[in-house]
Amino acid sequence: MCLGIPGQLVEIVSLDDHRAIVEVDGVRREINIGLVMGDPGGIAVGDWVLIHVGFAMTKIDEEEAANSLAFIKLLGSVYEEEIDQFAQEPELTLVADPDSSPLSSDTTEIAATNGGASSDGQEELVRP
Amino acid sequence: MKFVDEYRDPAAARLAVAEITALASRLAKPGQPVKFMEVCGGHTHTIYKHGIENVLPPTVELIHGPGCPVCVIPMGRVDDAIAVAKKPGVIFTSFGDMMRVPGGSGNLLEAKAQGADVRMVYSPLDALRIAEANPDREVVFFAVGFETTAPSTAVTVLKARERGVTNFSVYCNHVTIVPPLKAILESPDLRLDGFIGPGHVSTVIGNRPYRFVPGTYGKPLVTAGFEPLDILQSIVMLLRQLTEGRCEVENQYTRAVSDGGNPKALEILAQVFELRPHFEWRGLGFISQSALKLSPEFAAFDAEIRFDVPGVRVADPKACQCGEVLKGVIKPWECKVFGTACTPETPIGTCMVSSEGACAAYYNYGRLTKIPVKSA
Amino acid sequence: MTGVDDPGRTVGVGDAEFVNPEVISPEALAISEADSDGGAAESNREEAVMERIERWRRHRPRLKDELINSAHGAGGKASAALVDAVFVEAFRNETLETMADGAVLGLPSGERIAFSTDSYVVKPRRFPGGSIGHLAIHGTVNDLSMMGAAPSWISAAFIIEDGFSIAELRGIVADMADAAREAGVIVVTGDTKVVDRGACDGVYITTAGVGLIPPGVNLDARHIRPGDKVLVSGRIGDHGVAVLIARGDLALEAPIESDTAPLNELVEHLLAAAPGTRFLRDATRGGVATVCNEMARDAEVGVTLHEATLPVRNMVNGACEILGIDPLYVANEGKLVAVVPAEEANAALAAMQAHRLGVDAAIIGDITPEPPGIVVLRTALGGSRIVDMLVGDPLPRIC
Repeated sequence: MCLGIPGQLVEIVSLDDHRAIVEVDGVRREINIGLVMGDPGGIAVGDWVLIHVGFAMTKIDEEEAANSLAFIKLLGSVYEEEIDQFAQEPELTLVADPDSSPLSSDTTEIAATNGGASSDGQEELVRP
Repeated sequence: MKFVDEYRDPAAARLAVAEITALASRLAKPGQPVKFMEVCGGHTHTIYKHGIENVLPPTVELIHGPGCPVCVIPMGRVDDAIAVAKKPGVIFTSFGDMMRVPGGSGNLLEAKAQGADVRMVYSPLDALRIAEANPDREVVFFAVGFETTAPSTAVTVLKARERGVTNFSVYCNHVTIVPPLKAILESPDLRLDGFIGPGHVSTVIGNRPYRFVPGTYGKPLVTAGFEPLDILQSIVMLLRQLTEGRCEVENQYTRAVSDGGNPKALEILAQVFELRPHFEWRGLGFISQSALKLSPEFAAFDAEIRFDVPGVRVADPKACQCGEVLKGVIKPWECKVFGTACTPETPIGTCMVSSEGACAAYYNYGRLTKIPVKSA
Repeated sequence: MTGVDDPGRTVGVGDAEFVNPEVISPEALAISEADSDGGAAESNREEAVMERIERWRRHRPRLKDELINSAHGAGGKASAALVDAVFVEAFRNETLETMADGAVLGLPSGERIAFSTDSYVVKPRRFPGGSIGHLAIHGTVNDLSMMGAAPSWISAAFIIEDGFSIAELRGIVADMADAAREAGVIVVTGDTKVVDRGACDGVYITTAGVGLIPPGVNLDARHIRPGDKVLVSGRIGDHGVAVLIARGDLALEAPIESDTAPLNELVEHLLAAAPGTRFLRDATRGGVATVCNEMARDAEVGVTLHEATLPVRNMVNGACEILGIDPLYVANEGKLVAVVPAEEANAALAAMQAHRLGVDAAIIGDITPEPPGIVVLRTALGGSRIVDMLVGDPLPRIC
């Protein structure tokens, strides 16, 4: 089952009994922290945990969370420029060179197929 | 909401989609998009709730897998649950998701209408609390879910024993994620290029159990979080693997999943549960070693031992094509009874039964792409 | 696939119950992997299936149940089927069949009155922000207001369980009196019945109300036109979540209060600023999503909602995320949805925002010609999804 929500520990009710209060956007609930007590970093008020059916399943690693977001923000920016350029030259069809190595950010060869995005701003991503 | 809102940022989503479009265009051939399956029902729900399929280019197609532990409970097991619920003196507790799943003749909500004391709970601990508050009644908890939820049931059983509660038992229908994944990979009709791997199951079992997917079957798998950006990032990672000629298990959900999972949870699972030799999965048939039951040490809390249940196997209706939808062979709308005899209100099979079954999700959300919409 | 067949007894579920003229045979669908024209033929087939589904959806809802269950009271498809198959079927008349919040009746003098009724059974009877007493008055006042009427006279009937506390009854009735005073209506007649212990749950209240509709005011879903704007009078989901939390089963703690309030004054200001308003409905059971679906169906138009514009309190959003429910389907008791012509939308918005019950009002969507009868949500991410009619009670999910 999958519904897990990030919440912040705001109170330890009983360490022995593994009971704590977690808060999500101002909504509080008592949860069981038995499954995360063994976390190497320990468990304390202020930590963020993933909540599922009244249990904390794991601590949320804030640094990793930030890393993920940073990764995403680096994506695509190179390609967006390329795609804009294609949109302005409708007759041009580039085909990927099968011998070129599938590199990441510094490659400039892109095959334009039916799937190419246009450059109308936000609506470009919504298929009719 | 922290750790949620940031992962729904439309500007970042556009960046991810641009990258996906560029990478997929190198891989897809005309009429043959790159196909990824998300295994987890929660991922299916996110995909539809945010309309992710609309923002993906047509060169990437998402196939919805069987990771809905509610949907795969066979009708006969639901009938057994209802039989227990109807026994005098029983308080039958269940998660909301299970209340509308149809058995051979009705669901738990209907049983409640007929007089059974059926109560919805958010957590198995709530069921234990009800047992302690009603010592003269027998309280049964309908345990469903993958390895994400099983530890919670296990902790509850341990607590029941510790507190000397004798009027509490569990009707155990927990299933495990690896066997159905294998079953799909074994399917000769399989046409998939990679997997968006389960998220919260992986917080418990870690990433290592998925190594057979690239190792034996040559498909990449990326463990993904549940917000839209998580799914988009996972698709980027899968596409990069394909374009770079790699094939491995990668972890996108690093903020919650570690390679080794949650050792404490795994230890508790091993203590309280054991594997059933086989278990029937609605739409997929019998799969061996795919489900849990309480180990002999905890037999006192096993509802199947405490109560007589009919134990009758109910075959899925002949019209049902769920098995094919689950394996990605046909799409929901290609099923003969989709949308007419089989709807979210009158579900025939597992794919329509829960809001994240592939057919229900498509009916409620995805249908849109095929209905002419003039952009606002 | 590995596995050993279970030697248990097997019962086949017959196909008889699935007799359905719309089932298409696999040959007709001609499903095959190798389609020479690739996407195009597949797309046509998919569209054919969609059309079949749309025709099927428009059939009058069928009631197959023999027993009432909680889904019939939730305000979605099951409720509609019950009302249609049992009540409309028996009472058959044009006024009833308009199925608005209440009835519009013409008097011999030429004036029109609105007449509406509602029953209140909420549990718990007292919750943060109000009580069953407040709901009993506000509900009927609001139904009348949604038809453009000035609510004036209310009746109140009570079914009370033997053994019920008179002190509690006084408290409820005091709330009704407060609510009536605030709304400017009077309770002019009523009834009381006492039933055996166990025959009802404490107390059930039924109110009915009457009010005059000023000349020139003509609110009707059938007046809705593509191009119109959809507005909501404030933040959604408060009442339903407040009651869920107050029940205590879910052990959530949050200072969320019901939004129960009389909307008649707000409506007066709205109609003065936007006299071209087509349609009003309060978003009670089934939430904003249900109102929009009803509008889309009755006016045969499409409704597009924009997720980023939906006003929801952070805390309500948090509770909904935890429980896995969608605020669009949660009941409100002091919020209305309004459809106004585009040129009057800003005036309508300003008028609502100037009133204490409309400070968080917002323009949340548009009426479109297509797809008719369907409500679409443009997600904050840039995608789209359908917001379908509710199926049964919105149960919290864990999956």
